[in-house]
Amino acid sequence: MLRTSLAVLAGKAARAASRLRGGGSALPGLVVETVDPRFLTHALAHLPRGVVVVTGTNGKTTTTKMLVAILREHGLTVFTNPTGSNFTRGVISSMLAEIPLSGRLRADIAVLELDEAHALKFAAAVKPTHSLLLNVARDQLDRFAEIDHTAKLLADLAEQTTTGVVLNIDDSFVSRIADRVRDGVKVTYFGVDPSIADRLPELQEADVRFEDDFIPPQPTDADGLLKPHDERSFEVRFGHNELVGPMVLKQRGLAAMINATAATATARVLLSKSFRALDAVAALERVEPPFGRGEVIDADGQPLELVLVKNPAGFTVALSTYGNAPVTTMVAINDNYADGRDVSWLYDVSFESLRDKGVALTSGVRAYDMALRLKYDDVAVTEVEPDLGVGLERFLTAYRSEPKRIFCTYTAMMALRRTLAARYGLANFGEEPA
Amino acid sequence: MSADNGHIETASKGRIKVVHIYPREMSIYGDLGNTRALASRLRWHGYEPVVHQHHPGNDFPTDAHLVLGGGGQDSGQARVENDLAHNAEALRALAADSTPMLMICGMYQLFGNAFITVEGERLPGIGILDVTTQGNAKRMIGPVVLRTAFGDVVGYENHSGSTQLAPGQQPFGTVRSGMGNNGADGTEGAVTGNVFGSYLHGPLLPANPSFADALIKMAVERALGEPFLPGRIDDEIADQARTRQVRRLVRR
Repeated sequence: MLRTSLAVLAGKAARAASRLRGGGSALPGLVVETVDPRFLTHALAHLPRGVVVVTGTNGKTTTTKMLVAILREHGLTVFTNPTGSNFTRGVISSMLAEIPLSGRLRADIAVLELDEAHALKFAAAVKPTHSLLLNVARDQLDRFAEIDHTAKLLADLAEQTTTGVVLNIDDSFVSRIADRVRDGVKVTYFGVDPSIADRLPELQEADVRFEDDFIPPQPTDADGLLKPHDERSFEVRFGHNELVGPMVLKQRGLAAMINATAATATARVLLSKSFRALDAVAALERVEPPFGRGEVIDADGQPLELVLVKNPAGFTVALSTYGNAPVTTMVAINDNYADGRDVSWLYDVSFESLRDKGVALTSGVRAYDMALRLKYDDVAVTEVEPDLGVGLERFLTAYRSEPKRIFCTYTAMMALRRTLAARYGLANFGEEPA
Repeated sequence: MSADNGHIETASKGRIKVVHIYPREMSIYGDLGNTRALASRLRWHGYEPVVHQHHPGNDFPTDAHLVLGGGGQDSGQARVENDLAHNAEALRALAADSTPMLMICGMYQLFGNAFITVEGERLPGIGILDVTTQGNAKRMIGPVVLRTAFGDVVGYENHSGSTQLAPGQQPFGTVRSGMGNNGADGTEGAVTGNVFGSYLHGPLLPANPSFADALIKMAVERALGEPFLPGRIDDEIADQARTRQVRRLVRR
């Protein structure tokens, strides 16, 4: 107990110091872990409504935000980790502002977005009561090495989960995890309604998946299925009688709709009889796109969309989401650790939808590699400028009177958004309204 | 020159058949980009590319002019083993007949004599390249710069196998930055006749056009029995992409 209080004090001090320096979010978490290795267990294990882990390759941030919004709309006090801090130290750091010296977080429930590898590390400290497993796609293979390995990480997490897991019924890597959960752990699914099964390729890559003898599970009345009405409006169906919706999200695209479906199915498991469809819809319709995930910035009176791309599936989804509304486009590719150091994956994305309009500018450390990739898809590139600051300035001034869109990798997005925040008076990372 | 499905081509210098072996099972790191690059460059040079995908369960096309293979996961390698054994003779015959081939990562290993797993199990390869690969617990991951007969070559390696060249086996290049075949002897890849093996993804060919054109030259001269007549291609962007990586990675 004393050790925990010491850890809280040391962590709060480190947090204050690193905020003064404008530093990153991991250091205070590291201090706390060093003083009290069991800090996370103390902080979270007693929460009355449990600990929910959200993981998978794509959609973690958006889905977590949606699930938190639904739970808060139902009156729960929810602890969650802010965008991007999806490693255990980031989670600890994010607790330090509000945690009392007892080291026990005051909340009904925790909903945490965790990186696939760190989700297991987290589970070693705190067994999640619930896990929401979104999908498996190729992402940063330099870190996870193989997609089979990523699938195994999710299965291991499911095994550690004590009460309920929510699985993607359409992703065979995820739905087959149902066989791996402990006895007594409830399995619920989310997915797309059979009537739009032909749109699944928009959500996942086909070329790394094989025909095999796996038979997908049949959805039951407890499972949530996405049924779109048109490009923007959709509902989530549970069996024949229960509907959540229709609703329209602020974030565009099928990927955002399936994330809302996952969040709705999970909220329904967590809230059981107290789940209210109208409250879920109200909450989901108010959720703003997270920073850089289809966020729209007012740039000199014209919309500027910032779209994070991390892997072939994500880039493919982003292009199909925005492809029917071509605007002046910039692509910014960095190859730092958080971006994935290998840019080979750009060759697993088809850029043909950009061909008519072309790309105004490529930027980032690998600006020339991106321009080269586009050249091989016969997409014209007007300009290549590796320096992100110079590139952004040129893009904003040369196309001042046009709607614009920037596709960018993680660290490029962070850098661009910092500049945009200063220029247009936006909130900064860490200050994002929940 | 040819009318294909009613589509009239402008005068082509000749038709070149590019075969990508196991595109589903063995192309997880963007290696299909090599096929895309060769098809585009053949077109830009004035030739007519025909791309054929070879999937397990079919006979390998013996009229191939250029053969490409990529990297896969262990599960992908398991899925192609039987087909590779079935078509080994056809591939060895094409290799002996000077057909240019480029095998990356997992397919490079399978073109060697054997892959020996961490547990000591010996999985036979088809023995076109005189190399043997030992499985490791640790992966060799990161950007690479090589010195090769085609100039500096850049790419990205991501392999757990450690490959040894048999005495007399030529490497594809020597390592200027990165690990290469085994992280110890400074070699990367292997070349026998017109068959090249390498660990480099990136994918390898788009950013290294002089190597891509060397493969095209071999394919054209063997297929058409006449000298390769290159077109004019502006490779400024590829050259920038490559030389910037070399500058970042190689300490002088």
